[in-house]
Amino acid sequence: MTPLGLYVPGGSLLHRLPAGAKFLGMLVLVTVTVLLGSPVALGAVCAVVALGYPLARIPWNRVWPLLRTLLLLAVVIGVLQTWLLDARSAGVTVLRLVSALGAASLFTFTTRIDDVVAAIERALGPLQRFGVRPDRIGLLVGLTLQAVTTLSGIAASVREAARARGAERSVVAFAVPFLVRTLKHADELGDALAARGEGDHR
Amino acid sequence: MSGHEGVIEFEGVGHAYGDRVVLEGIDLTLTERRVAFVGLNGSGKSTLARMINGLVLPTSGRVRVDGLDPAESGAAVRRKVGFVFTNPDSQIVMPTAGEDVAFSLRRSGLSRSERARRAAEVLAEHGLDGYADHPAHQLSGGQKQLLALCGMLVLDPDVLVCDEPTTLLDLRNKRRFVELLGRLRQRVVLVTHDLDLLDDFERVVVIDDGRVVADDEPAPAVKYYRDLVR
Amino acid sequence: MPASRSASPAADLATTVVLAAFIAVLGIFPGIYVGGSGVPIVLQNMGPLIAGAMIGARRGVASVVLLLVLVAIGLPLLSGGRGGLAPFAGPSSGFLFGWILSALVTGLIAQRALGSARPGSRFLILLLAAFAGLVADYVLGIGWLTVYLGDFRAALVGSLVFVPGDLVKVVVTALVATVVHRALPGRFAASPARTR
Repeated sequence: MTPLGLYVPGGSLLHRLPAGAKFLGMLVLVTVTVLLGSPVALGAVCAVVALGYPLARIPWNRVWPLLRTLLLLAVVIGVLQTWLLDARSAGVTVLRLVSALGAASLFTFTTRIDDVVAAIERALGPLQRFGVRPDRIGLLVGLTLQAVTTLSGIAASVREAARARGAERSVVAFAVPFLVRTLKHADELGDALAARGEGDHR
Repeated sequence: MSGHEGVIEFEGVGHAYGDRVVLEGIDLTLTERRVAFVGLNGSGKSTLARMINGLVLPTSGRVRVDGLDPAESGAAVRRKVGFVFTNPDSQIVMPTAGEDVAFSLRRSGLSRSERARRAAEVLAEHGLDGYADHPAHQLSGGQKQLLALCGMLVLDPDVLVCDEPTTLLDLRNKRRFVELLGRLRQRVVLVTHDLDLLDDFERVVVIDDGRVVADDEPAPAVKYYRDLVR
Repeated sequence: MPASRSASPAADLATTVVLAAFIAVLGIFPGIYVGGSGVPIVLQNMGPLIAGAMIGARRGVASVVLLLVLVAIGLPLLSGGRGGLAPFAGPSSGFLFGWILSALVTGLIAQRALGSARPGSRFLILLLAAFAGLVADYVLGIGWLTVYLGDFRAALVGSLVFVPGDLVKVVVTALVATVVHRALPGRFAASPARTR
């Protein structure tokens, strides 16, 4: 559906796991880290998550920004908690955080958006009898992505116009025309969707 | 088409936004294959066109398409009537051309792959062969308007209403778009300012200040309109 | 192009989708350089406030939820190209979930008070609405951070850095919403028939 996204193409074991199973696995892992209280055990979980990265062949240029964020968080929270509480609980918090964020990012890197959408649609399938329409998820993703593309174009032209008038430093001079054109686009899109039968079968 | 499907009737139709009257006393029966609405900005011609598929409902009088009233059977009427708007950017709703056309088929009961196949076919028939996986925003203005048209034609409506579809196109794309309209089996109602595109039309309705002021073949109707705006 | 009708499902859907995209584009678009600071200010967290103030609580909340779902499934729609599940697991994720509350609170105040307000007092109402929305976000954000850090004071102090910038955004939101409401009146679904 979209070239946009954080997915890293690949054929590793982690890539091939079904999205739903992978998501459940990640939830289990995060739950385990909450239950574990020993820094050694949590360190082991962190190591397992870290091993997932070479296994999935995530390139270094994708790992590095994540690592930088994690290091920064670890230092800030570690120092704060050591000062407020003690070194042991600081270590536990940091290890929990690193393993949870590491696992979440690994899921995002190895799972195609289309597959996540399909998994959500399947998971919501049983709710169909209560009036939930799982097939709408994919539709909403597509509609919103197209709207992001359109609005990016509008934002760029609004910015150019502001620059032409020497107002590129004014947030209001950017936001007002951008918002006006956004809402007009919403009106036109509403008409187009209505003409294509949206809202006709309720 | 013999002209029996998609007959459009306006019967004493009027429309007002609060105190502002935009249409008054419209009586028209459209049985021709090619009909155009011509008029100045704000004349009410767009509002009249939107009544054909129930996007706007009359505040007085009745509209009927094949005997169905859009006020009562909006969904059924919209299955008969396709609508192309002026700005292609707001009609393209999905990220790729193929997905956008397939969007129209979302409730057809067809499988995902069948919808994609039908979409690709319709694109190919109308000069967008091979564009199914193409990002919609990278198409040219003329191609985008073609895509919007394909999104309607894939549903095979009986009537196609086009509200100034060529206003944002260059001259070549204007001609191409109208030529394409000429080849369609559908009854076409074209709202337009481009008077030189009307040669092949059978009937031109001139609307001014919310009323029908001329209703004729293209040459006399266009002449009347030119005199009117002079 | 005149058209008037009560809010249809298609219009609701379009408004929700487009405002979700609006919030995303505020993040994608590089920040605006204000004054001579050389530091771009990120506009994205104004998005939920603007959504609530412009389209009301129901659709505002829907657009924020939609955006967060798209982020969660792996689209890099948060400022700085962030996305995926990680932003929802970190210590500042309360501020992200707080956006939902922001749109709700701002939307409720704006749609309740704006209709009957004299034009002169609209700015003040929108200012109050946006401020309340910001406070709602901080309540959730600081609450979650407290859980993470195990200490309320630390969470509070850690969040104070953002207060000045966010207060400016509240004022900008109110200014922008006031002007746009005047330019395009009757945006709330509650209005029986809108003219545009």
